Amino acid sequence: MIAGIWEVTSRLSSLPDFMFPSLTQVLETLFNGLVSGQITDAIGKSLGRILIGFTIAIIIGLILGYFIWRFKLVEDTLGFVVTALQSIPSIVWFPLAIIWFGLNDFSILFIVTIGATWTMTVNATSGFRNVPQLYQRVAKTYGSTGFHFLRTVILPASVPQIISGLRIAWAFSWRALMAGELLGGGGGLGQLLEMGRSLGQMDLVISVMIIIAIIGTIVDNVVFSRLERNVQLKWGVNQR
Amino acid sequence: MYLTIDGIEKSFLNEKKESIKVLDEINIEVEKGSFVSIVGPSGCGKSTLLYLIAGLDKADKGEIRVAGKKVMKPGPERVVVFQEAGLFPWLTVLENVTYGLKLKKMPKEEAKSKALDILKMVHLSRYVDSYPHQLSGGMKQRVAIARALVMEPDILLMDEPFSALDEQTRMVLHKELLEIWRKTKVTIFFVTHNIREAVQLSEKIIVFATRPGKIKETISVPSMKDGVMPDSVTLNTEQRVLSILQEEIEKVLKEEMGNDYSFKTNHIHRDDSGDMGSHI
Repeated sequence: MIAGIWEVTSRLSSLPDFMFPSLTQVLETLFNGLVSGQITDAIGKSLGRILIGFTIAIIIGLILGYFIWRFKLVEDTLGFVVTALQSIPSIVWFPLAIIWFGLNDFSILFIVTIGATWTMTVNATSGFRNVPQLYQRVAKTYGSTGFHFLRTVILPASVPQIISGLRIAWAFSWRALMAGELLGGGGGLGQLLEMGRSLGQMDLVISVMIIIAIIGTIVDNVVFSRLERNVQLKWGVNQR
Repeated sequence: MYLTIDGIEKSFLNEKKESIKVLDEINIEVEKGSFVSIVGPSGCGKSTLLYLIAGLDKADKGEIRVAGKKVMKPGPERVVVFQEAGLFPWLTVLENVTYGLKLKKMPKEEAKSKALDILKMVHLSRYVDSYPHQLSGGMKQRVAIARALVMEPDILLMDEPFSALDEQTRMVLHKELLEIWRKTKVTIFFVTHNIREAVQLSEKIIVFATRPGKIKETISVPSMKDGVMPDSVTLNTEQRVLSILQEEIEKVLKEEMGNDYSFKTNHIHRDDSGDMGSHI
């Protein structure tokens, strides 16, 4: 339906093709891009970056979350800072990153990481904090302490909240990545968008947009939804 | 004495940061292998005392010794069964039961066979691989008991373990608990607000007064324990405990509802001692 309307309007509209390409034209560019490797390369590059950035962010987020949860002093100091930092869109860090690291891959990685870190920290903290006292008491009476306690009780008990943290963190870092690549270059989907713009190839721009939407949907629906569903099944849906 | 509670005092801060004494000068001695219950109105500090024995909380004054050793921190020799089962929802029944054994560094196979034995004892062999949410409340509590017993604790601390269950399940579990107690000779320290439960299960009942929590009276229960049918002896004991508690219940109610409220004159509970002698 939407496809039909798109095709008809673009053919009837007075805008030139390069500004408002028709669906068939877009699909053709998309297909060619995938076959020639132009788009696939960009996808690979972008995914590589986000995987690294995202992973680092998750690890830092969990560690910071642990310290904020565990130590009152850290909570009062760092906890407050994190909340403040969380409200800064990560692309705002980009000028700083360029000055610090130069206009390169590392800058993009930096904002991708920083985009996800604070959300992850906040979610991890509240996940740890909401571990039922009962579970902690049970584990302690069986003699669990230290790292064992963390690994067998605190982490698994906060899994539901950590998953929702991952989900938001992913969305944040994905946005940061696109913004970073648009401005920073160095290959990737964002760079391809910028290229499409400067070459006046709106069919390429729209192709990339479609790819971005598809990847976003796949990750959200396939990866995170499945994770969430598995946990719900295992725990019993309304159990907490 | 096996478990010695020596001059324990404990205070908490309320919302106005005032110190409220919950336990005052508690001295209890418990013999090895006995079944002791603590009954008292809500808020009398009986659960607090249990947490102190478990080592989950620290007393302000006094000390608790188990077999001559002072209790400093929680440990698997003093396992607690809580009011809610507190099973880990991310582990299966078997994994829940072996949790403590693995902590003790017991080999996997040995832990498993031990856990299976205990689960058989609580009649849950069929649910070994289920997750907690698939079990009923009574079954969960059974798993919790199995998880505690598998540790072969010196003392089993039970904090109102059956109060969230329905009457039938509770009756069955009473019976099973008594069987387990006889079989394993474990010392049981049982906190409850249910007088009948205390009388039917335990050998000795310690009645607590409230605000601050103090020992009001200690009663030994002479009866055949089958955990099911109340007989005249248990009914009489129940009456005794209730009459001791009446004053305390009144105190709590007055505090909650104001001074014009009286439990005694309202006769919520019918006096069983005046019935037609059906229990002769």
